[in-house]
Amino acid sequence: MTDKLRHLGPSETHTAAVAEGGIVGTGGHGKIDGMAKITGAAIFTDDIRLPRMAHAKLVRSTHPHAKLLSIDTRRALAMPGVLAVMTGEDLPTRHGAIPVARDETALAVERVRYIGEPIACVAATSEAIAREATALVRVVYEPLDAILTIEEALDPDLPPIHDEGKRPSNILRRVHQHHGDVDAGFEAADLVVEETYDYPGSTHVPLETHAAVAQPLPAGRIKLWTSTQNPHYVHKTVAHVLGIPEADVRLIKPDVGAGYGGKCDTFATELCASWLARKLDRPVKLAFEREEVFYAHRGRHPTRMWLKMGMKSDGTITAIDFKAIANGGAYASYGVVTAFYLGVFLAMPYTLENFRFTSMRLYTNLPPCGPKRGHGALQPRFAVEAHIDRMATDLGLDPVAVRRQQLVQPNTTSVNGLKVTSVGLEQCIEEALMGSGYAAKRGRLPFGRGIGIATSTYMCGALNGVYPDALPHSGVQIQIDRSGRVTIFAGTADIGQGSNHMLATLVAERLGITPHLCRVVEGDTDLCPVDLGSYSSRVTFMAGNAAIEAADKLRQRIANAVATALETSADALRFRNGKIGDGSRSMAWVEAIRLAEANTGTLGSSGSYRPPEADKRFRRNPIGPSPAYSFTATVAEVQVDPESGIVMVEQVWCAHDLGRVLHPEIAEGQIEGCVYMGVGEALLEEQGYDLGQMSSPSILEYKIPTVYDTPAIHALLIESHDPGGPFGAKEVGEGPQLPVVPAIANAIHDAIGVRLNRPPFSPDRVLRALQGRPPLGFEPMPDIDQRRGGT
Amino acid sequence: MPRIQLTINGETVTHWVADNQSLLDFLRDDLGLTGSKHGCDVGDCGACTVILNDRPRLSCISLAALADGSDLQTIEGLGRHDELHPVQATIHKHVGAQCGYCTPGIAMRLAALLKANPAPDDAAIRSALGANICRCTGYTKILAAAAEIVEDWTSHDKPPDGSLA
Repeated sequence: MTDKLRHLGPSETHTAAVAEGGIVGTGGHGKIDGMAKITGAAIFTDDIRLPRMAHAKLVRSTHPHAKLLSIDTRRALAMPGVLAVMTGEDLPTRHGAIPVARDETALAVERVRYIGEPIACVAATSEAIAREATALVRVVYEPLDAILTIEEALDPDLPPIHDEGKRPSNILRRVHQHHGDVDAGFEAADLVVEETYDYPGSTHVPLETHAAVAQPLPAGRIKLWTSTQNPHYVHKTVAHVLGIPEADVRLIKPDVGAGYGGKCDTFATELCASWLARKLDRPVKLAFEREEVFYAHRGRHPTRMWLKMGMKSDGTITAIDFKAIANGGAYASYGVVTAFYLGVFLAMPYTLENFRFTSMRLYTNLPPCGPKRGHGALQPRFAVEAHIDRMATDLGLDPVAVRRQQLVQPNTTSVNGLKVTSVGLEQCIEEALMGSGYAAKRGRLPFGRGIGIATSTYMCGALNGVYPDALPHSGVQIQIDRSGRVTIFAGTADIGQGSNHMLATLVAERLGITPHLCRVVEGDTDLCPVDLGSYSSRVTFMAGNAAIEAADKLRQRIANAVATALETSADALRFRNGKIGDGSRSMAWVEAIRLAEANTGTLGSSGSYRPPEADKRFRRNPIGPSPAYSFTATVAEVQVDPESGIVMVEQVWCAHDLGRVLHPEIAEGQIEGCVYMGVGEALLEEQGYDLGQMSSPSILEYKIPTVYDTPAIHALLIESHDPGGPFGAKEVGEGPQLPVVPAIANAIHDAIGVRLNRPPFSPDRVLRALQGRPPLGFEPMPDIDQRRGGT
Repeated sequence: MPRIQLTINGETVTHWVADNQSLLDFLRDDLGLTGSKHGCDVGDCGACTVILNDRPRLSCISLAALADGSDLQTIEGLGRHDELHPVQATIHKHVGAQCGYCTPGIAMRLAALLKANPAPDDAAIRSALGANICRCTGYTKILAAAAEIVEDWTSHDKPPDGSLA
């Protein structure tokens, strides 16, 4: 156990409520799949090699918006080694992450909508031949005017990028909600301040590029290995687009080199490899090159925001009025969800009763945005947390006290219907302040040094899945072998976050064995019950509960068998350290499971998790309600060089209420990764475009933090024991990123006295602000009050 | 098409390679040593790092033909599950590998550093890791693992990496 666990809240409930199996909360032993990763034995999709395997490469658009007049594949097909060339017409069925916005095809049909959009796919006997042949595919374009900016997308006189549907529009979705009475809230305020904020686009950069290998099976079936976060949704989409039964597609998620949201959608990798494998009757691999990952994108939506906040002289926030416009790129991806997330978490984690927002997610001729860690909730959190700091300072108040006096309380329902269960935010703030020495530093450091704080909340999965149905969101099956080995079958997708170890931990905890006696078979649609996927921070909460249910069914059968043999009651038995006993007598694990199998037959069980129903009173708020919410308080300390404008984030203290620590190092690792990614967005990462061409589609040009740019990160684990979470656990994989950028912005103000409303806080922006010059690239907020449109 | 002979993870390997074949493709495609990874193919990310004649090397931008006569070590030869290299053991213990895609490159980078300098200070460790991108961990647990190895060796006078590899 690490010393970080000493930083628990004042109740010290962690030690008081140690689960009896002695597994939950213990670390120092690595994770169950760690050995494969440190020896190079882990098999990622691109590591798969099959006999007769062909290689595929994509031809991509060089125009941001154009009609496809012709695609001549003859020269490519004539090249020795080329097996097939596929175009959009071969697989024209439309698909999309959200059923209401199915606007994509595997390859462009008739029209291209962004530079880098896949147009054709060449399969050849080697990767080199396939790559060479892509240059021989001749595409004739008729360029169309490209719609690149928010202003152009909002211009009703410009044509829609997608002209199908009843009301074609470049507004994918507009959401407007008004809770409480915002105007009365402003009336009651002593200070009302409005500001414009601009959050740039950024992208995930998983080290593993997207890849798929498809293998044809007898009777028209197909086996598809793919680097995805969402095996279930991709499985459904591949079957739908290929026009074959879902039962005929076996999708397997091998080890995945991370996603951060970038591998949620279905991509050309999966669809083209599958189609070509069936056509050629041989396995096909399609792996993106690094540059292609930038075009596939689905990253953070660049978002322009306007925020008006009312505050009383004592710091009480009386109302928030908010507008946000997200430039979403050429396809919908999860953009409908983004539009909601831009508004529904505005008030949280505060008790604010009056808020109103209008949010929009637009189509433009840029690579499509999608979900990136902290999806949609992150940009408004930057605006709100920077705004609170500004107004508190203007009123001569302590920004920490202002937050603390209006924190959301446990077991309450927000004005927009978010049912809050456990809240550990007060302890988060306390620990972050203590760890950082905030009180002694704020306003007291020399010019150029500063410290700042921000707080946030995030969801633990969504009450509503992508498809509206009554089915469980997570299923887990467990099988116990006579050796004592426990196999956990789950449709989950471990993409590095540690969900395999999470499942093993929970099952091992209930059965009183070591997690290293558990094997997890996951992400295989032929073998595993459905789990909806690694998105919205849902896996620990939902799959974890399903695993506990499955484990408890077996535990009961084993307990009954042992109780009979030991002549004691099943209720008196404890499962711990590989033994089952009542304190005076005990039986070893292997003996017990053999006895249980002899008595009751093969040891297998299943468990499932379905979230509680959403509050019917808030039907128009279908996206946002979660079974539980995590909370975070983050303090950043920065050094700003007023001569060069260079900002160095030196230390970050991130205290996160994750409900319950299941494994300390894995939990800390999620927080550290969130802080790292937040620092990248605060200081370096920005996706720029020049006439629709991404300006930095490589790891050299798109700056992500190296070890030199990364601050010392102090991950502080706070437990609030959520009543619905597995052993009280909540999410830890996304929430901790939300307050990082505003905490740094607030620290920069403490350091040099200027407010920066647009990340990244690069030297040019810092210098301009110090010189009192207006920020670059800052456009006024368009009037969107009267605009309609969308799916 | 040159014929090369080299030592890979202690075994002598003789092979024909294409003139323009990268060392990474040779390892992965011809020898099935898939532990070294494609991350960028242009030397930006470090996921393909191997140890060539005791020095860390980006195999994606190295020509296989030029490795003739060299002594090459890949992640597959660094340590086995029952005889892990200290770098592997400590990264595992600290959960310094999340998705694990950068891990082979980082392990090789640190192993090369420790072989050249058994007691690197923090600046030397950061200088080495500066060539490798990890997008999951914020480097925190990797730095902690490296610090623990150095602490272990300096405080217990354990043999440096050379005798273990």
